[in-house]
Amino acid sequence: MEAKQWEGFLGTKWKESVDVRDFIQSNYAPYEGDAAFLAGATARTKACMDKLSALQKAEREKGGVLDVDTETVSGLCAYAPGYLDRENELIVGLQTDAPLKRGVNPFGGMRMARSACKAYGYELSPEIEKLFTYRTTHNDGVFSAYSDEMKAARHCALLTGLPDAYGRGRIIGDYRRVALYGADELIARKKADKREVGTRMMSEENIRLSEELTAQIGALEELKTMAAGYGYDISQPAANAREAIQWTYFAYLAANKDQNGAAMSLGRTSTFFDIYIERDMKAGILTEEGAQELMDDFVMKLRMARHLRTPEYNELFGGDPMWITESVGGVGDDGRPLVTKNSFRVLNTLYTLGPAPEPNLTVLWSENLPEPFKAFCAKVSIDTDSIQYENDDIMRPVYGDDYAIACCVSAMKVGKQMQFFGARTNLAKLLLLAINGGVDNTTGTRLGPQMEPMSGDTLDYDEVMRRLHLYMTWVCNLYVNTMNVIHFMHDKYAYEKIQMALHDTDVERLMAFGVAGLSVIADSLSAIKYAKVRPVRDENGIIVDFVTEGDFPKYGNDDDRVDLIAKGILHEVIGNLRKTPAYRGAKHTLSALTITSNVMYGKKTGSTPDGRKKGEPFAPGANPMHNREHSGAVASLNSVAKLSYGDARDGISNTFSITPNALGKTKEERVDNLVSILGGYFRHKAHHLNVNVMNREQLMKAYEHPEDYPNLTIRVSGYAVNFYKLSREQQREVILRTFHDAM
Amino acid sequence: MSEDQTKKQKDGDTVSAAAGCAAARPAVSAASDTAGSEEALRRQTGRIHSVQSLGTVDGPGVRFVAFAQGCPLRCLYCHNPDTWELSGGEETTAGELFDRAVRCREYFGKRGGVTFSGGEPLLQPEFIRAWFALCKGAGLHTALDTSGCISGEGTERVLDVTDLVILDYKFTDAEAYRRNTRCEKEKVDAFLQRLQEREKAVWIRQVIVGGLTDGEENVRKLFALRERFSCIEKIELLPFRKLCLEKYRRMGIPFPLEHTPETSEECIRNLQKFAQNE
Repeated sequence: MEAKQWEGFLGTKWKESVDVRDFIQSNYAPYEGDAAFLAGATARTKACMDKLSALQKAEREKGGVLDVDTETVSGLCAYAPGYLDRENELIVGLQTDAPLKRGVNPFGGMRMARSACKAYGYELSPEIEKLFTYRTTHNDGVFSAYSDEMKAARHCALLTGLPDAYGRGRIIGDYRRVALYGADELIARKKADKREVGTRMMSEENIRLSEELTAQIGALEELKTMAAGYGYDISQPAANAREAIQWTYFAYLAANKDQNGAAMSLGRTSTFFDIYIERDMKAGILTEEGAQELMDDFVMKLRMARHLRTPEYNELFGGDPMWITESVGGVGDDGRPLVTKNSFRVLNTLYTLGPAPEPNLTVLWSENLPEPFKAFCAKVSIDTDSIQYENDDIMRPVYGDDYAIACCVSAMKVGKQMQFFGARTNLAKLLLLAINGGVDNTTGTRLGPQMEPMSGDTLDYDEVMRRLHLYMTWVCNLYVNTMNVIHFMHDKYAYEKIQMALHDTDVERLMAFGVAGLSVIADSLSAIKYAKVRPVRDENGIIVDFVTEGDFPKYGNDDDRVDLIAKGILHEVIGNLRKTPAYRGAKHTLSALTITSNVMYGKKTGSTPDGRKKGEPFAPGANPMHNREHSGAVASLNSVAKLSYGDARDGISNTFSITPNALGKTKEERVDNLVSILGGYFRHKAHHLNVNVMNREQLMKAYEHPEDYPNLTIRVSGYAVNFYKLSREQQREVILRTFHDAM
Repeated sequence: MSEDQTKKQKDGDTVSAAAGCAAARPAVSAASDTAGSEEALRRQTGRIHSVQSLGTVDGPGVRFVAFAQGCPLRCLYCHNPDTWELSGGEETTAGELFDRAVRCREYFGKRGGVTFSGGEPLLQPEFIRAWFALCKGAGLHTALDTSGCISGEGTERVLDVTDLVILDYKFTDAEAYRRNTRCEKEKVDAFLQRLQEREKAVWIRQVIVGGLTDGEENVRKLFALRERFSCIEKIELLPFRKLCLEKYRRMGIPFPLEHTPETSEECIRNLQKFAQNE
């Protein structure tokens, strides 16, 4: 294929087949300089941002939801075009017909849609209620197939946060394809794929694929219609930077209209856009100021994305997150950094538009990133607390150099891999279940292998481990089977047609499992091994509490005696998961990531041998437990770095909070030291780090007077949130966390 | 006055005698500090209060900081009363402490390293020397954070393996020094003189306490040290803080400066500006 819009672009492979990576590699201009070239916000940008800020304020004042369209079922062409500021905005497109107005998406589950409306004082239209009595939702499908055991595990929160009532998310369409090739070319290629599938044996898999391809082709046609509503013909490739951003955004927007997935991540777009920006600049039709304006406007649109959620959902995933994760930087297979001027521009939006949690800006850190870029990232972190870091040097060998992060820490090759998201299992609860011989001591539910609770005055480590292995094997099998049910039904009743249209037809699938309470189980096992743990029993002989005498090594102090217990558990979990085949031949992966659900998990889990009391929160992700670190931050980072990415390919999340004073005395020293810390951590083959540079006092003030801190952004497990949007419990937990302070 | 001078003279003598020894020793010492006796160095025991694996305020860059247990001084504003007694803290070996530091080396960047602070590290010179020798053997930058009140053979041997001395120059007035630390300022001056002779890199630090050290005269005298001692690379003024109040309470010791207000960042900035304009 050849197109006049491609004039000046080099390379051939990407013209013969859909290959955005080859296009990038053939055309991008690495930038090794510093941030001095950046432009600030223009008057136009500021005026648009003021409008958006006013709407956000109104949304806050209305309790978190500005408006809901209860009469329409969300879809690509369900709403009339909407605008923030029609005369002045450069990039257009809203999810509904008005800014911040939320749509209703009942395909994941009717109950969720109904109760979400109700929670904010709205009533779902009777028309929609009636319509969906004739339609099976994802939620209906899942519950009709769940076994009793699956329901029990879900009920007592051994398996929690399962995507069985809303969109599963975590699928990243290669939205760039629409800009590079235009919709018509993509449709033509999908039609060819469908013809090819038609020649295969009509097995269940191929019948399903054939049906899906029809849905994908239909979605691409709809995408064209949606764009036409805004006055754009996207059937052809984008001809300049503004169109490239607009076409890409339309594709992303379509995904958000089609799906209310938990995480709706963007991918890896900024260096792709840079190629168009550089071409326009060379042609003299775009200035630096103009380029920043385009990125500002694009990011403003991303900051307006919303889904309608229930309060229960927010208890799990606090802060109304969208996880519009954009992966920035990294290094190519050929060793050239993928940092361009536009990598700086996307981070610069945190200055031009102010700090904000979305998009979830994720820096792919490599030893070989240009030093000025590292310093700029550190400066942005210190100033805004709005970015996270993930180790490109350990991901690139697995995922190549055109992967992106979905949600918080989940890497996948853009357009070539998709993920079945699988929430997490509660390891602390599993340990208690094993100790009690198959009785959950918070709900009284019996599940898993049945035996007597452990006897004796003190817990014997070897006996505890024997039981733990047994229950681990059991729960991993149950977990895979539960996920298989969920994803079979999601494919059947809530298929991501537009996102999958922007993937290769023969896509590689990952099934992402997760654990919560890793530090709790590690410290508990350490206590049983190195101290004396005496069980306390209730009148029925169920162990409900523990008295722990003596000291024991605690995870987070760079002490192998306990750190290797944590590492061993992840290894054991993934090994057990792999024993049960996953739906559609998916590859099993694992994460230590809790988002904010560590609070809810703690609430539903009894006292543990490490001294954590019933109901108290877990530490988030792979973090050590609060205030158990006695040797400072680097020792703590070293403990987390020992967990093997090979065992947890879906990511190992660590949130790091440090006071400005502990980072150094001057601004320059702080930047320099943060670069050293990040470099050290990632050289230890660690995977992920959230960085907060702030004082506990500041959070205390924000807790007392949330109204005074509407823009205070903090990083929690794998994403950023406005502090005020967290529940009171989640806020308290954040304040409780270890803040690394100067001595 | 004359008594002071005599004393200073005497101490000076002791120090230079020690220096004579040191000058004669290096070749032997270097050999025994590295190849032959690494095991002996590792076995050297000492008492530490704690470690901070992310130190950014005690020397350049990111540092692994060990805090020695035990201090002969009783400074009025002391932040760490729990480091006073030499018998407290935990016993460890230089080898074990070295292993912990080495695990953090990737975080040190281009400028970081290890620091021994305290307490007063020079109370345990053989232990510190052993740790620094091991660290230097591994290519790590070593910094000694001291009051400079202890001189002699042991101190000289520590300096052999020290890259940077952070000297807590507590008071510029001899009388105030004695009254508020229970130690003699002349010892510190003699120590500084030794550092000058040995061409050690020195950072001077002083805690600025309202009513004690926040006067312009004091700051002028402090910065004037640079004229006599070219070894001084940097002078840092640190604000007085009261985060230690809880520690004193827990230990049942009255904190003499309980009612003295904390020093503001602004005060520090003004004094720094004043010193620069002098």
